[in-house]
Amino acid sequence: MKNFPSKIAGGIVPVIIVTLSLLFVAFFLVLPLVAIFVEAFSKGYQAYIDSFKGEYAWSAIKLTLITAAVAVPANTLFGVAAAWCIAKYKFWGRNALITLIDLPLAISPVVAGMIFVLAFGQRSVLGGWLVEHNIKIIFAVPGIILATVFVTFPFVARELIPLMEEQGSMEEEAALSLGASGWQMFRRVTLPNIKWGLLYGIILCNARAMGEFGAVSVVSGSIRGKTNTVPLYIETLYASYATVPAFTMATLLAALALITLVIKTTIEWKIKRDRKTASK
Amino acid sequence: MSIEIINVTKTFGNFTALNDISLEIPDGKLVALLGPSGSGKTTLLRIIAGLDVFDANPKSDIRFKGRSVIGHRIAERQVGFVFQHYALFRHMSVFENIAFGLRVRRGRNKFTRQQIKDRVMELLHLIQLDTLERRYPDQLSGGQRQRVALARALAIEPQFLLLDEPFGALDAKVRLNLRRWLRQLHDQIKLTSVFVTHDQEEALELADEIVVLNQGRIEQEGTPDEVFHSPKSAFVMDFLGSVNLFHGRIEGASVIFDSDIAGKKQIFVRPHEIDLLPVNPNGAGLSTTVRRVQLAGSIVKIELLDKSKREIFVELSHEKYNVYRFSTGDTVFAVPQKSVVFEEDYSI
Repeated sequence: MKNFPSKIAGGIVPVIIVTLSLLFVAFFLVLPLVAIFVEAFSKGYQAYIDSFKGEYAWSAIKLTLITAAVAVPANTLFGVAAAWCIAKYKFWGRNALITLIDLPLAISPVVAGMIFVLAFGQRSVLGGWLVEHNIKIIFAVPGIILATVFVTFPFVARELIPLMEEQGSMEEEAALSLGASGWQMFRRVTLPNIKWGLLYGIILCNARAMGEFGAVSVVSGSIRGKTNTVPLYIETLYASYATVPAFTMATLLAALALITLVIKTTIEWKIKRDRKTASK
Repeated sequence: MSIEIINVTKTFGNFTALNDISLEIPDGKLVALLGPSGSGKTTLLRIIAGLDVFDANPKSDIRFKGRSVIGHRIAERQVGFVFQHYALFRHMSVFENIAFGLRVRRGRNKFTRQQIKDRVMELLHLIQLDTLERRYPDQLSGGQRQRVALARALAIEPQFLLLDEPFGALDAKVRLNLRRWLRQLHDQIKLTSVFVTHDQEEALELADEIVVLNQGRIEQEGTPDEVFHSPKSAFVMDFLGSVNLFHGRIEGASVIFDSDIAGKKQIFVRPHEIDLLPVNPNGAGLSTTVRRVQLAGSIVKIELLDKSKREIFVELSHEKYNVYRFSTGDTVFAVPQKSVVFEEDYSI
């Protein structure tokens, strides 16, 4: 099958459209990306390295890694479980669950952060209890993790639901009829069938977990060295005119984005190849 | 009796898929569950396998070799299930597909690597695909996939073999070959088997016993010969081959046809049990006009129209046809040789 006709007829119009799209991409995507690196290295290589040396930089990177290390596995588990029950079973409230999974994508991250402050903050019902038991959620690491989990939870589930619905449950039933236990069925049949979709969901989830600003900014209180993630730290630096360190930290997120894109493209290519052989 | 189904009912919301079904599957036989779509045949098969559960009722039971299997999960029932679209594991080779049921065994029944290999090779030989163990399902033809699915089901040494529309997804020629092969295989391994089909020809050719289902009820069960030649209901007669419906009354041995439907009995006659004559013998024939004659094939198929423009289908041997050689537009008299009357009203 050919994806494109080799030459599109129609003269000048396609040329204009293609040129406009390329200019748009260059202006809004490539230029800012280049600018980040140019700014980060504007005072030379040594200044770039020095920007990482501060105690706050390391603690921000550490906190971002910890947050992702909790949020990504949690949402992977949740995503697989939710996709499984939505794709393989019909139950009361199924449509409501599908809609709710999309909620974090529909809601502004700032509002999501506010929800957590309202729920766990000192003036809330739950907050009083938490204070009594000396548990700190808002303006502390647990709050950051909660907000990140909330914002990133659709990614894995949304990737898997259509995939699992398309595959149906025949192979799973076959595995059970051959004597497999539920776990054996999942590990030997379900998981290999969804692996690329799952990986795709996980890297998108990870990219968002590490890059999330809005929701985390509301719940964290941006305490340097304590509750600053990389995006929050960048903002703090930038606001205090520390341009080189700010852009240096930004190169980390930009690199993460580029790596994510490479992995994403590779996986997309693999999925396409699998589909092709499956439809033969 | 190897499988007993006792008073089983299954409803999906308002729809009754199975209505108080009781059925016994005899040991060592190949049994067909035959019916149109929506008759409940696949539901019944899935309930036997444990893939679906029937409506809770103290009277209902399913027994394997005399023992109830209620509450037994599909994995414990030890039935080989062949799915309609094979459901082969797409990411596993033919070898791994067949070996799956052996690999998932745990504890005392665990197989050694060599035992698994021997068993898979033996099965590959049985399904005549000896050299294809490294292929993946998407590299096989429909017929080959079907046989791999069968081998995979047989690998666990099941008590019974259950097949859901085993030939449904194959083209006509492959289907015919595979059908004969499956029959030979059954004669060879003598495993009690139940298969679901909507194709009467398939059921008649393949099965030792046929269970005809309609709207969640069993219409008739018996040998292919019984259900074909002595149908108990108009539905069975109609479903197991083509049939003509006439209206009239029976006087002694002959049928008096009447074009006026009201109040008359329904008379069913199979196309091959009608004679065609150029003159009306003692007034018993039905006057018709030839619409079309189809000579290609092992028999001659003739379409007739009666006075009220109803279609009548007749099948004659070439020998019989050659006596009069009717052609389109001729007036002929149709004389049923054998007819069946059912009390109930039925519309085709």
